[in-house]
Amino acid sequence: MIEVKNLHKSFGEAHILKGISSTFEKGKVNMIIGQSGSGKTVFLKCLLGLHTPEEGEISFDGRVYSKLDIDEKRLLRTEIGMLFQGGALFDSLTVEENIMFPLKMFANQSKKEMLERVNFVLDRVNLPDSNLKFPAELSGGMQKRVAIARAIVMNPKYLFCDEPNSGLDPQTATVIDNLIQEITDEYQMITVVNSHDMNSVMEIGEKIIFLKDGKKAWEGTNKEIFVTDNQAIVNFVYSSNLFKKVRESYLKESK
Amino acid sequence: MNYIEHIGKYFMMLRQVFKRPQKWKVFRETFFREVEDLGLKSLGIIMFISFFIGGVVAIQTALNVDSPFIPKYLIGFATKRSMILEFGPTFTSIILAGKVGSYIASSMGTMRVTEQIDALEVMGINSLSYLVLPKVLAALIFYPLLVLIAMFLGIYGGWAAGILTDLFYSVDYIDGVQLDFNPYFIKYAIIKTIVFAFVIATIPAYHGYYVKGGSLEVGRASTQAVVWTSVVIILLNYFLTQMLLG
Repeated sequence: MIEVKNLHKSFGEAHILKGISSTFEKGKVNMIIGQSGSGKTVFLKCLLGLHTPEEGEISFDGRVYSKLDIDEKRLLRTEIGMLFQGGALFDSLTVEENIMFPLKMFANQSKKEMLERVNFVLDRVNLPDSNLKFPAELSGGMQKRVAIARAIVMNPKYLFCDEPNSGLDPQTATVIDNLIQEITDEYQMITVVNSHDMNSVMEIGEKIIFLKDGKKAWEGTNKEIFVTDNQAIVNFVYSSNLFKKVRESYLKESK
Repeated sequence: MNYIEHIGKYFMMLRQVFKRPQKWKVFRETFFREVEDLGLKSLGIIMFISFFIGGVVAIQTALNVDSPFIPKYLIGFATKRSMILEFGPTFTSIILAGKVGSYIASSMGTMRVTEQIDALEVMGINSLSYLVLPKVLAALIFYPLLVLIAMFLGIYGGWAAGILTDLFYSVDYIDGVQLDFNPYFIKYAIIKTIVFAFVIATIPAYHGYYVKGGSLEVGRASTQAVVWTSVVIILLNYFLTQMLLG
């Protein structure tokens, strides 16, 4: 379990995170949603250790991040997989080299074993026979799938995804969503997804945290989001007419 | 941010750069890739420029030595001294600051804005050591070699210019080149080159690594990297000359 307690983060005068607390459980897709500028990315980067919070505590299965020494932090980071918004694949490396990179750095495996693992994860994300292509030769959706393959190649305990669907067409976005949900379930990872794609939220958000102005404004499941009275999240999620109608019909059916 | 802060941040960066590589096998691969990118790919331009610079120095010296009392071997002597003392180490380093400096700053800047550096950090990799240390070592090892080639080709270019223009005789030029050879000057040039190589690899890396924003900022960082690397090389050239020859 990832446990966040009273997280505060500022940049100069700007107080971005104002005391956020929550827990993220194993085998679940946890989603962080909120408007642009609400602090989602800063929150995710604090979880990843890329930003150091001024106050508060983040613990990974009982290991408090701020109390770990450098080696323990490095070890913990090998248990983390991250899917960046743009994929963050290394341009100068092929797909195979990109995915093999964490294995080369941290796993003491032979070349053959590493290649087997790379091919296994490439099959898992439905991208066989792409080994020798460069990221620039792939479509946006394929790049995301390669990034997922790289994120899971070390069998991580924790998977973080920053806007996994941004810039993708709805069909490809659904493929990526399903893939994230499947691998979370399959490998029993703790997955934290930062998104403002409401389709993803409704489809795979087993736990949703809504941030507003750096504070946690609501927390619940994708079922509870239909019946909540919390005005802040209702205004955010049901800002489009389509979602308003979906909600109305859901409420009618449930009555 | 003021200059003092930048200097402090630069030295803080160096502290991270010189940490032990996490995996020697990966480091070796990266090092040889950098030797190719930073060194071998610069060989052509350095050879081309130094050959013609040597030619120009010889022609200009010949045109300015029109008194019959000044011996003609002075042309070869002056070309040799110019190439070894200044054009070899300093001019080559300025060219490399432009070519390699912009490449380092823009490639690292692009890695920063496309979150590739964040990806390394999240994986638990010391991104500065992984990205910058192989560049520094590749430059330190390869650039003295480049400068030696530049010196040789510059002197050879001077001789070729004489043959092509008939401004001086080959035998006079060769006499001048062989006259009063001081091996310390080669040592002096190599010491300067090693210092400049360090500057060429680290200042652009600093500008690229800490870039914030998008492609426009990467372009700006690249320009700043070239400007500051050149300024630092020129200043260090002055102080090193004072220290080593003064």
